[in-house]
Amino acid sequence: MPNMSQTKVPIPEQDPKVRARNFEEVTLGYTKEMALEEASRCLNCKNMPCVSGCPVGVQIPVFIKKITENDFEGAYNVIHATSSLPAVCGRVCPQERQCESKCVRGIKGEPVGIGRLERFAADTHMVQDNTVIEKPVSNGHKVAVVGAGPSGLTCAGDLARLGYEVTVFEALHKAGGVLMYGIPEFRLPKDIVQKEVENLKNLGVTIMTNMVIGKVLSIDELMADGFEAVFVGSGAGLPRFMGIEGEALVGVCSANEYLTRINLMKGYKEGYDTPVLKSKAVAVVGGGNVAMDAARSALRMGAEHVYIVYRRSMEEMPARREEVHHAKEEGVEFLNLNNPVKLLGDENGRVRAAVLQRMELGEPDASGRRSPVPVEGSEYELAVDTVIMAIGTSPNPLIRTTTEGLEANKRGCLVVDESMHTTKEGVYAGGDAVTGAATVILAMGAGKSAAKSIDEYLKQKA
Amino acid sequence: MFQILEKKELNPNVTRMVFEAPFIAKKAKAGQFVIFRVDEEGERVPLTIADADAEKGTITLIFQIVGRSTMKLNALNAGDAISDLVGPLGLATEIPEGAKKICVIGGGVGCAIAYPQAKAAHLAGLEVDVIAGFRNKDIVILEDEFRKVCDELILCTDDGSYGVKGFVTNALEERIQAGCQYDCVIAIGPIPMMKFVSEVTRKYGIKTIVSLNPIMVDGTGMCGGCRVTVGGKIRYACVEGPDFDGHEVDFDELMHRNGVFKEREAECRMMKLADKA
Repeated sequence: MPNMSQTKVPIPEQDPKVRARNFEEVTLGYTKEMALEEASRCLNCKNMPCVSGCPVGVQIPVFIKKITENDFEGAYNVIHATSSLPAVCGRVCPQERQCESKCVRGIKGEPVGIGRLERFAADTHMVQDNTVIEKPVSNGHKVAVVGAGPSGLTCAGDLARLGYEVTVFEALHKAGGVLMYGIPEFRLPKDIVQKEVENLKNLGVTIMTNMVIGKVLSIDELMADGFEAVFVGSGAGLPRFMGIEGEALVGVCSANEYLTRINLMKGYKEGYDTPVLKSKAVAVVGGGNVAMDAARSALRMGAEHVYIVYRRSMEEMPARREEVHHAKEEGVEFLNLNNPVKLLGDENGRVRAAVLQRMELGEPDASGRRSPVPVEGSEYELAVDTVIMAIGTSPNPLIRTTTEGLEANKRGCLVVDESMHTTKEGVYAGGDAVTGAATVILAMGAGKSAAKSIDEYLKQKA
Repeated sequence: MFQILEKKELNPNVTRMVFEAPFIAKKAKAGQFVIFRVDEEGERVPLTIADADAEKGTITLIFQIVGRSTMKLNALNAGDAISDLVGPLGLATEIPEGAKKICVIGGGVGCAIAYPQAKAAHLAGLEVDVIAGFRNKDIVILEDEFRKVCDELILCTDDGSYGVKGFVTNALEERIQAGCQYDCVIAIGPIPMMKFVSEVTRKYGIKTIVSLNPIMVDGTGMCGGCRVTVGGKIRYACVEGPDFDGHEVDFDELMHRNGVFKEREAECRMMKLADKA
């Protein structure tokens, strides 16, 4: 008889007041008892609706059943069969819009805590892991992967398991992409990311850091060098700014810059050289996960007031629900239906205020969300000394401008067909480089499909 | 790890280092830069490539000691290694097609970057004049190197202790008025110098390329820290530069934005002095 509780087993978290001032992980994870209790809420539906909501097709009821049987390693193996980064997905996937949105238990009450259970299985595996990953026998075929982010790592892992000799070229000094530079330590500990990267290396994947493809080597050179196929997962690129007056003031930066200084460069830690802006009052413009990450990081860096300035209402906010909830608990102040129209500087040229205009919701726009309409004459000043723009990115131009035959659409995203093949023979692409800024799991799904297509392509060629 | 093969002090504040970096050396072109990181705790710092030798697989960097990272780098010696070196980044300098005679202007440590420009133009068969400016005789660098790659070298010092007394802008204007027909001017140095050179050339309608040095973090088109306003538009120096049209750059804004961590740089220098004392 399943556990018929209408609510998820609560997950232990650091106290909001305490955690708002440290970078340690917010959510502490289920104990064995909690996991067993939550797992027993799964009805083990025959047609597995939850799986249809997972971009990488994790066999959710199967792994949850293993948990109820106390076979945690078995549960991990089920997840790992389709997902290269289980410990990451359990933490950062927007489950409420994916697997958990399809859960039958969600019709009346809360869905099963699939993400929490996935994390439990992955973390239990990591702690107990003493299995030596066996390097698959090489099939002698070389594949290059550009970018060591979620899509690239997934593609590399899947191909390595099939016996391909995979080399991943990473532009930064550490592998992980957005998992390293973007998502903060308190949401995704970097040790976990590096452990997943180590797992891939044990599978035989070679990772070369400090290699900017398009500059140091072109895609054509990689192919001339014996790589029979290339996967491009170069990620999102240039941060967008609003184009309003005052954006060049000191104290205005992109969320990418702010987060990279803190996460990748560890600017928040004593002994690291990278400086981070010191702020008293911070406005973060945007309503996505990146905005929440920047806002919560600013609190932890010591800001007294941190505002989310978002032009639509809470309902349209694209961020993961849990992040919004955590941000509120920690003291982030939400100024929804507000939009900056101008930034004002002090006599030293540092930003001193944002002029905000109130908005109201009008008719639905192309995205299906009600579009914000300015309220005339509603402008007011919000005193801030830092403004962080988290309003999206446009794809990095490095690869498309240096590779002949690689087509991009008018937004600069690489054009691919349903098999993730680009317009250039043997070159596949996925993740933000194709879709524009999206989620970790969608990028992983793309890396996964590309790996499958690359395998088919090379088998056919042989 | 990237090994330091040679180290030479060019003046008390400027050091030249040769690194083993075969991949970068093979591709580096004049105007491009690298990002270095000394060690695990280090920051990512951009430096324009001063020279590259594809055959030997080496690149040369010349840097001024201004903050913590350049101090850390300067504390290393030949035989030591740094954790990261990535490049070549940015776009190579494009001298306008059909140019026959150009003037390359370097100011202070900016001469380190002016040198590869002069060398590239010289090797491409152009007539090259070089105007190199320094505060005084003690900090003059690369004089011999410049002589080998230009038709005429005008050395200026602010105090007249060496070469011609005065600023590079005076020397440039004198040359132009004396009838030198430059098809293009390339200016690299402190922001005010590039700004004033651009003011001079604007009067004469001479195309002017400047190499900008905004603050960067990743250097690959991700963080937006290096954004500059050029022709009223936001441009990213790391992927669209670092060269831009000097007549369109908002130099005042750049100077201002580059000052964001000035206090911290000063603190680092102070701490260093305290260490020595």
